[in-house]
Amino acid sequence: MSELKTPIYLDYSATTPVDPRVAKKMMRYLTPDGVFGNPASRSHSFGWESDNAVTEARANVAALINADPREIVWTSGATESDNLAIKGAAHFNQRRGKHIITMKTEHKAVLDSCRQLEREGYEITYLDPQANGLLDLKAFKAVIRDDTTLASIMHVNNEIGVIQDIKAIGEICRENKIIFHVDAAQSAGKVPIDMDNLKVDLMSFSAHKIYGPKGIGALYVRRKPRIRIEAQMHGGGHERGMRSGTLATHQIVGMGEAFRLAKEEMAKDNERLMTLRTRLLDGFRDMEEVYVNGDLEQRVAGNLNISFNHVEGESLMMSLKDLAVSSGSACTSASLEPSYVLRALGRNDELAHSSLRFTLGRFSTEEEVDHAIKETRKAVEKLRDLSPLWDMYKEGIDLSSIEWAAH
Amino acid sequence: MAYGNKVIDHYENPRNVGILDKDAKNIGTGMVGAPACGDVMKLQIEVDDDGIIKDAKFKTYGCGSAIASSSLLTEWVKGKTLDEAKEIKNTDIAKELELPPVKVHCSVLAEDAIKAAIDDFQSKQ
Repeated sequence: MSELKTPIYLDYSATTPVDPRVAKKMMRYLTPDGVFGNPASRSHSFGWESDNAVTEARANVAALINADPREIVWTSGATESDNLAIKGAAHFNQRRGKHIITMKTEHKAVLDSCRQLEREGYEITYLDPQANGLLDLKAFKAVIRDDTTLASIMHVNNEIGVIQDIKAIGEICRENKIIFHVDAAQSAGKVPIDMDNLKVDLMSFSAHKIYGPKGIGALYVRRKPRIRIEAQMHGGGHERGMRSGTLATHQIVGMGEAFRLAKEEMAKDNERLMTLRTRLLDGFRDMEEVYVNGDLEQRVAGNLNISFNHVEGESLMMSLKDLAVSSGSACTSASLEPSYVLRALGRNDELAHSSLRFTLGRFSTEEEVDHAIKETRKAVEKLRDLSPLWDMYKEGIDLSSIEWAAH
Repeated sequence: MAYGNKVIDHYENPRNVGILDKDAKNIGTGMVGAPACGDVMKLQIEVDDDGIIKDAKFKTYGCGSAIASSSLLTEWVKGKTLDEAKEIKNTDIAKELELPPVKVHCSVLAEDAIKAAIDDFQSKQ
């Protein structure tokens, strides 16, 4: 048995390490003996070489989603892409209308961009997901209005990993002349995306969720039919005026290489991750009062969000010293509110407090999964022995029948 | 959440975990908090004929500091009279465990729990 290195990283949805192959390539674009020029410098070879590197990276990012490289706009990450897409499209189209549709389970970058637009006089409809986390297409259709200009629905949810049917949603949007933005930070490189086949107009990407560096992302902006957005960052007119600022060559090269590797290795990675996740879930199957949050079928391979009822998530993580995981428990957030994503599923708050998110990735191993199962089971058992709720459950008392003093 | 050593010690080696007979006349039970809020504390005291807390047990569903607060409290109340036990303030617990401000509510819950247990005991007499 090989040496198991702890702590074990099981939080790949938060971020991923940079793939060593990516880091190696990035390092050639920094130092005096490398390619460090400003890609916007047109008058010398330093600039030309950097520009060539950016062009290659742009082609690699476009290739993963079967898009035209001219449809890729570099940003600082998915948060900026979401801001640019939502505010940019809303502002550009405000004369057509000021109504936007999104979901309660979106990433904060989408929700807070929408909140900002609300302050500017826009109206936003925040749709509830179904109990499995997926959007109800009928409910979506029902809230479309004449003045709806934009819909923003994420592809894969960061907490529960469920995959929305962006193909069907795109068709509805196109029929109703609604611009469709998709946050794909958690899906690129994990779910096949073919822009020829999807009626998505704007799509946000991040590099650091798929083994690229932090601080770089992209926004896909469709050319046919042409989607226009208002710039949020003004300056030298880079990226066809949509996002000014000197291009970060080494970051862009890193993102390009990460996306190239993702295209090559996605199928193989997914197969391996699915085996590992099944192994992880099987490790908990015989336990009582364990619930998977979100649809298990329409879900990315690496995500397992699971609630161990009657055990609080933060204390559970305290016991899991060898594991780097995350929880929807209130105690792990600065706001002391449990996960708004899990609450939106309509489950009781207790299950949100009791949730753990395991996210596996390219460097996860079977041995790590086995260790995670062992540690988690031990911790859950220990904490259930400490839990008055577990005792009550065991006595057959219906916890929802008790009048608790909320505090 | 980065905790101090005392929280970690009580969390890893909780004192006085257990259950006393809630129907017995010399036992007081206090249960406070709510599952929806992420913490529920159950504290039980056994009081002798002289009004002294002879034993105390707890069970807690909650974060590390909630578990530590209740564990510490059971240590503190043993040997105290009911009046002395009532005097324990949440600030004493928070100070002893060096709870960060965001976790002070766990010590409040512990104070509520001992008060509720004493009330329950006294209502039985």
